[in-house]
Amino acid sequence: MELVFNAEATMLRDTMSRFIEREYSFQARKRRLVLPDGFCRDTWKSLAELGALAAALPVEAGGLGAGAMGTLIISEACGRGLIVEPYLATVVLGGGLLELAATSVHRPLLERLTEGSCLLAFAHSEPESESDFGGITTRAMETRAGFSLSGRKNAVIHGATADMLIVSACVGGAAADSTRLSLFLVDRRDSALQLRGYRTIDGLQAADIAFDGVTVPRAALLGEPGEARPVIDHVLARANAALCAEATGAMQSLLERTVAYLRTRQQFGQPLARFQALQHRMADMAMHVELARSMAYLVALQVDGVDATARERVVSAAKARVCIAASFVGKQAIQLHGGIGMTDALDVSHYFRRLTAITRTLGDEAFHLDRFAAATP
Amino acid sequence: MLLELAPDDRAFRDEVRAFLRERLDPSLAKRVREHGRVSAAELVQWQKTLYRQGWFAPAWPTEWGGAAWPALRQYIFDEEYHAAAAPPVIAFGRDLLGPVLMKFGSDAQRQHYLPRILASDDWWCQGYSEPGAGSDLASLRTTAELRGDHYLINGQKTWTTLAQHANMMFCLVRTRSDGKKQEGISFILIDMATPGITVRPITLLDGEPEVNEVWFEDVVVPVANRIGDEGRGWTYAKHLLGHERTGIAGIGIAKREIDYLKELAASVRRHGRPLLEDREFRSRVARVEIELMALEMTNLRLLAAPPGSGPGWEVSMLKVRGTEILQEISELQLEVAGCSGLEVDAPGAARTRGAASARYLNLRKLSIFGGSNEIQRNIIAQQIVGG
Ligand SMILES: Cc1cc2nc3c(=O)[nH]c(=O)nc-3n(C[C@H](O)[C@H](O)[C@H](O)COP(=O)(O)OP(=O)(O)OC[C@H]3O[C@@H](n4cnc5c(N)ncnc54)[C@H](O)[C@@H]3O)c2cc1C
Repeated sequence: MELVFNAEATMLRDTMSRFIEREYSFQARKRRLVLPDGFCRDTWKSLAELGALAAALPVEAGGLGAGAMGTLIISEACGRGLIVEPYLATVVLGGGLLELAATSVHRPLLERLTEGSCLLAFAHSEPESESDFGGITTRAMETRAGFSLSGRKNAVIHGATADMLIVSACVGGAAADSTRLSLFLVDRRDSALQLRGYRTIDGLQAADIAFDGVTVPRAALLGEPGEARPVIDHVLARANAALCAEATGAMQSLLERTVAYLRTRQQFGQPLARFQALQHRMADMAMHVELARSMAYLVALQVDGVDATARERVVSAAKARVCIAASFVGKQAIQLHGGIGMTDALDVSHYFRRLTAITRTLGDEAFHLDRFAAATP
Repeated sequence: MLLELAPDDRAFRDEVRAFLRERLDPSLAKRVREHGRVSAAELVQWQKTLYRQGWFAPAWPTEWGGAAWPALRQYIFDEEYHAAAAPPVIAFGRDLLGPVLMKFGSDAQRQHYLPRILASDDWWCQGYSEPGAGSDLASLRTTAELRGDHYLINGQKTWTTLAQHANMMFCLVRTRSDGKKQEGISFILIDMATPGITVRPITLLDGEPEVNEVWFEDVVVPVANRIGDEGRGWTYAKHLLGHERTGIAGIGIAKREIDYLKELAASVRRHGRPLLEDREFRSRVARVEIELMALEMTNLRLLAAPPGSGPGWEVSMLKVRGTEILQEISELQLEVAGCSGLEVDAPGAARTRGAASARYLNLRKLSIFGGSNEIQRNIIAQQIVGG
């Protein structure tokens, strides 16, 4: 056992901290939010140059081999800086699917991804699919030239601003086996897509996408037809692990800001931090942050190394615990700031909004508690 | 003890119900219920409808055009009102200023302002909080300097709800800076059209400009606009605290929100069944519902008790638990909405999928304003511990 960061991990963490400090002040973030895409492609390029986009990928796939710990470190930094560029959508989800499902045909795409020149989004969830993404109804009919996709995807993170979409579907007609999923690469700019993009409360982008007989060539198929489910589950587990780490970063920032504010804010002739009721609240926040961090580490250590059942169990434990912490820490940070915490002008409410979104993304507390209980003797 | 309503109270309830059925525009009610946007003009129009019925001010004495209903009737009205999803009244004038004018205002002030509050001819905003004076309101620093027949006002208020629509503000200002902080405060009425006033909306975390900063630069206000004596504003403002018991717990709203929560939960699926049938979810809804029953019974007991016979901290309890219950319900509604509920609806447009998250975010305010829940707990603790 070795529960401390090694030299490479420490270096990556320092690199990311410097990046956030230098380029990702709250004001700079605001300027990115008003760009047409809602984020900055140049910033994305800078992240690529730092190696952040390649960090987690195995060396064989052109990555730096930092694995899930690499994802944790970068995601935690994303949480601290409230980064709006599509790390989760493009690297963790898109890159993960390419890494685990693709054959050598798609290797160039993975390269473009790590260079920062191609953004990906994963179009998986559907209006009727529940948090476990069972019952996917999007269908891919074989045609002479390839496939024709029909179905509806919703709340696709960064769906309207990515370059390529990876779409999950079942091959065959209405009677197709919905547990046998396939993955298809679709150009987001394909005029046959009906795409409605919108902003979410955390400043990110999402899209609802309708496929009404969208044709793609045979080469668009990622991996073997019907065999994608295990890969998807694995990648979703990684994404939840990344969300846990991101939440930890955001909570840490909120805790620091709350403590700093209450030390300076004077009411009744003294700093608010002197009131014991508020001290206890901050103590509770701090405990939540540390316990959530531990779960983020635990899941990062296991997400790639154990069998699927053990993996789902630890993912759900971590995500459930992080949801509890995120909800408490977020709400208390606003409460302890008082009126100023409610404003759009202060970063505190933006951290709160991101944490709120994380607790609703890829399964909420109730879903993960349930799944953990089912997987636990 | 008897829980059932007396026949005449039941008849009253039916009358209220019938009025709301006839007069409340169903599309407006639907929007209120579904957390949609309601414009300032719609609110004023609705308040005037209530006024014409003689029901705008249930608690006011008949002398001033109020309904003067006993507490239980006010409670019944409140319950029916919110069950029908009528829009909440902008109550600063009616609930906060009105009683102060009645008790401490001059005849001229009462005769001028009270009928205008009743008819919603003025839109009042409350200018108490300042950047440096929130929970510690008595440390406020906006100054009013006496210059013959007028005051010269300088300073800044903040968090002023809907001041962008207001034509009048009731305001706490500092008329003396020596001595006890509370004794240097005066209560003054300000016409928002007076030169030197700047109103700047503040966007909150749900994207709405619900509150404002209000700046005063050499604003001239006639001395005749002062309520009562100079230096007694604190006493006047505090007069109300601890008296409002009918609406503060928000029982009527919470009941409607629980109904709406159940309706929403019946329409989405978990494990292939309606979420409302999920045992784990159901038991969490049950917990809030039971909490609400406990609070409602407590509220009714307090309404029935003779004034002054309660423990003294009951209003704080109603505020704390009432707001926490509303916040809990909004969190459950957000859970039902799932990740689709994270969408931000375009500003100004009708609310659709973003309603649940916007409301959840916005309701954080309930535990901050009106005396924060920490301050309310301090009050309860001080009164039970003593000293
Ligand atoms: C949406 C909204 C609308 C509002 N509308 C109006 C309005 O129309 N007019 C108006 O005048 N004001 C209005 N307010 C202001 C509101 O009354 C203040 O926000 C409130 O009094 C708290 O003050 P503050 O924000 O300065 O927080 P602070 O007083 O700085 O408090 C920060 C935190 O410290 C806690 N705290 C403070 N003192 C103590 C203590 N002694 N012990 C334990 N904890 C303590 C508080 O509970 C809070 O959690 C509004 C506020 C909001 C959010």
